[in-house]
Amino acid sequence: MSFSFNDINITKIENLKKRYPSPKALTLPLLWMVQEQEGFISLEAMEEIAKYTTRPAMEIYKTATFYTMFNLAPVGEHHIQLCKTLSCALCGKDDILAYIKETLDIEVGETTKDGKFTLTQVECLGSCGTAPMMQINQTNHESLSIEKIEKILEELQ
Amino acid sequence: MSDTTLQETRIVSQKFRIPNSYTLETALEHGAYSTLTTALFRPASDITTAIKESGLRGKGGGGALAGEKWLLMPTDDSRPSYLVVNCDESEPGTFKDRQIISKDPHLLIEGMILTSYAIGANEAYIYIRGEYQGFEKILQDAIDEAYSSGFLGKGLANTDFDLDITIHRGAGAYICGEKSALLESLEGKRGHPRLKPKNKEPEWYFGNPTLVNNVETIATVPYIVQNGALAYSKYGTSQSAGTLLFAMSGHIKNAGVYEVAFGTPMLEYINHFGGGIRGDKKLKAVIPGGSSTPVLTADEVANATLDYETLRSLGSSLGTGGMIVMDEDTNMVEALKNLLEFYHHESCGQCTPCREGTGWSDRIVAKILRKEATSQDIDKLLGIADIMNGKTICVFAPAVSGVIVSFISKFREEFELKE
Ligand SMILES: Cc1cc2nc3c(=O)[nH]c(=O)nc-3n(C[C@H](O)[C@H](O)[C@H](O)COP(=O)(O)O)c2cc1C
Ligand code: SF4
Ligand code: FES
Repeated sequence: MSFSFNDINITKIENLKKRYPSPKALTLPLLWMVQEQEGFISLEAMEEIAKYTTRPAMEIYKTATFYTMFNLAPVGEHHIQLCKTLSCALCGKDDILAYIKETLDIEVGETTKDGKFTLTQVECLGSCGTAPMMQINQTNHESLSIEKIEKILEELQ
Repeated sequence: MSDTTLQETRIVSQKFRIPNSYTLETALEHGAYSTLTTALFRPASDITTAIKESGLRGKGGGGALAGEKWLLMPTDDSRPSYLVVNCDESEPGTFKDRQIISKDPHLLIEGMILTSYAIGANEAYIYIRGEYQGFEKILQDAIDEAYSSGFLGKGLANTDFDLDITIHRGAGAYICGEKSALLESLEGKRGHPRLKPKNKEPEWYFGNPTLVNNVETIATVPYIVQNGALAYSKYGTSQSAGTLLFAMSGHIKNAGVYEVAFGTPMLEYINHFGGGIRGDKKLKAVIPGGSSTPVLTADEVANATLDYETLRSLGSSLGTGGMIVMDEDTNMVEALKNLLEFYHHESCGQCTPCREGTGWSDRIVAKILRKEATSQDIDKLLGIADIMNGKTICVFAPAVSGVIVSFISKFREEFELKE
């Protein structure tokens, strides 16, 4: 499997380069770019990033594995990330979790057989005032109730 | 005490309730960027002096005096200077900066222009947590609008000052909110905090002098430049000047963010803006300033005012001003367990007391929850907390230590409960 950035991204990289005093700073932006282009970050993509950032591929790997939002393997089409931290826990996160697990018939960390949903629990997403909450891909769903979740999952099925 | 007089003091949140305030057109109608035409024609040091005299303190959790930090930036250095705005906002219980970037992004941009001018920076970054992509989009649109209307870029606002602002997205790591870890991350590396220097000095980004401030701190700058230091320091207390976007979450009727002057009584704030405890239950405890600050009992809350000096005198800390409210039915062992899971997951792993201490204490509290703990386990927990306090690179571990000690010392009977 080989990797290359598409033309739009190559133009973006050229512009982005001008914004940083060292190409090393492009590491996180390019990891994001790969993930947006491919859905996850392969070792081949890390080697490509290494060229742009003038760093050894191992350094890119070291950085990529530190950050929880970088997917180093493919995830489901809809990545449900339920917040598990205190304010959400105080406001009924456990009921929401039980409902999702039962409805999708998966455990935390698993993907449904059709590859549609992946369920993970994450730490505070900065929406404690509208707890409980989750993110599906990049979209926030706040002030969750069972009825609300039911609708969201139905729409995505 | 009656709370009918309690009011918001809207300095940073001035435009929050105006529809479409995130657009340049609406922001301009309400005075955005009006400070530039005068301030950028005056000496840069005028701005720093005003900030220093205002008593403005950093609003990202540490509360450092902003003016003193700005003065650490060199004025005659051949290396370029940088401004980095901290929008990592990952401290549990904290959700204030997102209000600024989604409701009044131009206020932040204006603050960044003034600050960059004051410290002589022509490049500025906003480090934003990866989970805020929805808000990031609003902020990026605002930046684009500012560029196309000449408020950013070369010779901005018809002056000879140049500034570029670049948003840099994090990727899910709480520790990247710590300023030196943030800069490591901005340099493309793992978010590992750096050893603190002996003497006060600026931060360093690729070896260049750099100022790191929180979003809300920078968003306060235009008000002070416009109205003068006294107009800001007249609010609040002698050591805690001005206002903060305090926040409430947990067992509260109306969770949310409200800007008030420092010194406001905590209970009045909770009852007035929050409408009291959900289900009309009794208050049990409040974590006052984000999850890393020691918990307060209901009695302590009744005597607390929202300022640095009072919360310190109560053995806690003002932190980010994000209060997590817990009612009488809250299981404090479960609450501590929840937080320890968070800290165990988020420790960057550089220091042994932190890496091992967070995991070990989490396992002991799990044992207490399973009713399998012995009387020695509580002492062991306190022993671990002691090891975590003060022997690490950053203040993450000492903060966790303080949280553990506060939960156990104030709610010990729940930890000792055998059934
Ligand atoms: C573990 C840890 C996490 C932090 N997280 C944040 C954060 O998310 N946002 C923030 O502005 N400051 C955070 N800080 C504080 C920063 O290190 C730094 O003091 C702050 O950004 C400086 O800006 P200020 O003086 O304007 O507050 C954190 C500190 C620590 C020790
Ligand atoms: S105290 Fe913890 S978070 Fe801070 S540097 Fe050490 S291991 Fe990392
Ligand atoms: S605790 Fe869930 S968003 Fe903060």
